[in-house]
Amino acid sequence: MPADALSRVFAALSDPIRLDMVARLADGDATVKELAEPYDVTVQAVSKHLRVLEGAGVVSRSRDAQRRPAHLEAQVFDVMTGWIERYRRQAEDRYRRLDSLLRSMPDDEEQAVAAPAADRPRKEETP
Amino acid sequence: MTTITHETEITADDKVPVIRITREFDAPPAKVFRAHTDPHLLAQWLGPRDLEMTIDYFDCRTGGAYRYLHRRGEDEFGFHGSFHEVRPNEVIVQTFTFEGVPDGVALERAQFDALADGRTRLTVTSLVGSFEERAAILASGMERGVREGYEKLDQLLQTQR
Repeated sequence: MPADALSRVFAALSDPIRLDMVARLADGDATVKELAEPYDVTVQAVSKHLRVLEGAGVVSRSRDAQRRPAHLEAQVFDVMTGWIERYRRQAEDRYRRLDSLLRSMPDDEEQAVAAPAADRPRKEETP
Repeated sequence: MTTITHETEITADDKVPVIRITREFDAPPAKVFRAHTDPHLLAQWLGPRDLEMTIDYFDCRTGGAYRYLHRRGEDEFGFHGSFHEVRPNEVIVQTFTFEGVPDGVALERAQFDALADGRTRLTVTSLVGSFEERAAILASGMERGVREGYEKLDQLLQTQR
């Protein structure tokens, strides 16, 4: 996905209502009326949000059907899931380094850490 | 010992721009806490594999502040923040700013919960300025990808046997 398309997706998802709409569309297609139900905004306002999501390629709407239900584009959803998974792997990688460090730390030092910080000499001052 | 711990879990809240990370460790809270508050220990695990991490200053106590740098050749990335609340072996609340985006600031809370058998559950909650900012942070992982992560992991696992 090119950078400008990505930034359109960011902008589209920067609004809490639009993000919530996307989360609900992940469960299945829905009409504007259905999408508007939980919010204290007009159907027109939801329609506008939907157009932003459409413009970013996040959702598509059927041309033929009378109800024109909105449909979440799986590809965009996969991209978002991919971001989170990569971010998660980076955190996991970092924490495996921490696992390794924790194994190399001697157990008896835990007692010193458990003591109040004020009683503990600062590392730089330790002879 | 190469016990497989629970893998990192990430949650992105629907209602507020928060990223929550949960991970369990085979070590008691005092030890995990110390690996977060002693800059010499922190520098050994926090930074990405291909970057060298250097500490500018690091005063991990309530009201203290920190700054560190990640270096790759000529490139330098600075990060700084304040320690809002530090309670030994329990919690660290701090701000976090990437100096490339100086007006951006995250409020981070790291909680260390004792589990049975001397283990620890770490929960890191990061509140950022907007949903758009959060999407950009999550997407930043795309650049580095899987490549470096598994190389470093392979090395780590080899040295552990």
